Amino acid sequence: MSAVNPLGLYLHYARASVRAQAQYPAAFLMLSAAQFLGTGIEIVGVWALFARFGQVLGWRFGDICIFYGVVNFTFALADTITRGFDIFGTEYVRTGAFDRLLLRPLPTAFQLLGHEVRLSRLGRFVEALLVFVIGASLLHWTFGPAAIPLLVWAVMGGAALFSGIMILSATLAFWTVESLEIVNVISYGGVEAAQYPLNIYAAWLREFLIFVIPIACVAYFPVVAALGRPDPLGAPFWLMAASPAVGFLFLGVCLWIFGFGVRRYTSTGS
Amino acid sequence: MAAVAPYLAAFSARFQLVLQYRAAAIAGFATQLWWGALKIMVLAAFFYGATRSPPMSLTNAITYTWLGQAFLIFLPWNADPEVAEMVRSGAVAYDRLRPLDTYGWWYARAVAWSAARVVPRAVLLFAVAAVLLPALGLGQWSLRPPAGLAATGLFLIAMIGVALLSASIVLLVNVIAVASMTDRGANLMIAPFSNLFSGGIVPLAFFPDWLRPGLRLQPFAGLVDIPYRIYFGELAGWGALQGLAVQLGWTLLLVLAGHAALGAAMRRLQVQGG
Repeated sequence: MSAVNPLGLYLHYARASVRAQAQYPAAFLMLSAAQFLGTGIEIVGVWALFARFGQVLGWRFGDICIFYGVVNFTFALADTITRGFDIFGTEYVRTGAFDRLLLRPLPTAFQLLGHEVRLSRLGRFVEALLVFVIGASLLHWTFGPAAIPLLVWAVMGGAALFSGIMILSATLAFWTVESLEIVNVISYGGVEAAQYPLNIYAAWLREFLIFVIPIACVAYFPVVAALGRPDPLGAPFWLMAASPAVGFLFLGVCLWIFGFGVRRYTSTGS
Repeated sequence: MAAVAPYLAAFSARFQLVLQYRAAAIAGFATQLWWGALKIMVLAAFFYGATRSPPMSLTNAITYTWLGQAFLIFLPWNADPEVAEMVRSGAVAYDRLRPLDTYGWWYARAVAWSAARVVPRAVLLFAVAAVLLPALGLGQWSLRPPAGLAATGLFLIAMIGVALLSASIVLLVNVIAVASMTDRGANLMIAPFSNLFSGGIVPLAFFPDWLRPGLRLQPFAGLVDIPYRIYFGELAGWGALQGLAVQLGWTLLLVLAGHAALGAAMRRLQVQGG
């Protein structure tokens, strides 16, 4: 590790991945359009509910657009960089290709991070930004001085958290060999849950989203703080502002578990 | 009867094969349970503070949501992956050599493919949402039984209609896969559309009143909105028969269109491989 600059090496990986995808511009455009549509159709459903009911526990459509935009932007960011963990079971463990990564003098998690930068997630980014802008204009949001730093901090913590979930799912592959789709319940299901404010959920789900898979700490709390509203659940401002740090803590725990899996790894190859 | 035998064989072979994937069925069931719970909590929150009277009771909306999760696989999510692979590898030539109508052959496979994945998931979901939840004292969140004997019978007919309509849409996606040599583009478009326009994301009843008449006449409504409203008795008598007619009409139309389009695509198909 001493001889190489990790950031420089990562940029090298990223450049190679981007150049490879640039060879297939039609595929890139098609997948991006599909990401845009697939995520976008969801907000049409939310809009229909608000057109019918007007509000939900005092939250308006504009508020939901902000929650929705932030969590989808965050997830798109994590999804862009963690492709290597996503296909870890099928392409590294099942084939035995993971042995090659173990031979290189670099942490394996770092090498998997360099597997691919998924450009097709651009569609989800664009969609998330668009919905965020719509929400901000519906709310006539003036963005107080803390709003932008809080949102950036939330996205960073959230990207760490969702990357952690992807790493956990990859870790399972050490035992199951295949990648398990059940983890989608936590990743996609978590995004789905975080599109709405936390106080509309039953207590057991709220506690799950704060303490077990702490998505609320990187989505709900910092967004409420950025909006400058009092939390209906009663969390003080400083706690809401600090909560995205939990995302990095979660990532640390996931990396530690991944390391445990690596030590237990026995090759399937010959 | 002899003319139908090969298509029935295609159906039962695929049905039995797909039924073997138990881990996939359990994973799908767990996902749908979680998704159902989320959707119900969101709907309940909207109902809780509603100032205007909603177009559907919360009880029915909960039943609708659970039914949607139980029969989720009946939505046309993508082209038949094996057909797409055959087109890519050139193995589609074997299917062209069979003394059978390729459309009918693929149609039977498509019906079996969705039905075999639906059955275990639906059984598990009914067991939890209709039996376990009331037993745990969570009856208000449960999947209620159908509105009556007539509703049960009509619902079963409507679900057969769903399988047939869904397969006719899958076959159209197959045709696009044949014509474009890849299933990627069409797959990515069909899932969001069928999910939204069927009423899978939000019941069509919740859409604004000026949109509803149009939404209820388009083909996707026959996949979710029509059968579920028959289930809890909102569509009964003539209304139910009209709903079934919309479903059947679209199925026939899409089968005829798909049959013609597949014929045209096959005439231009160049088989890959050597």
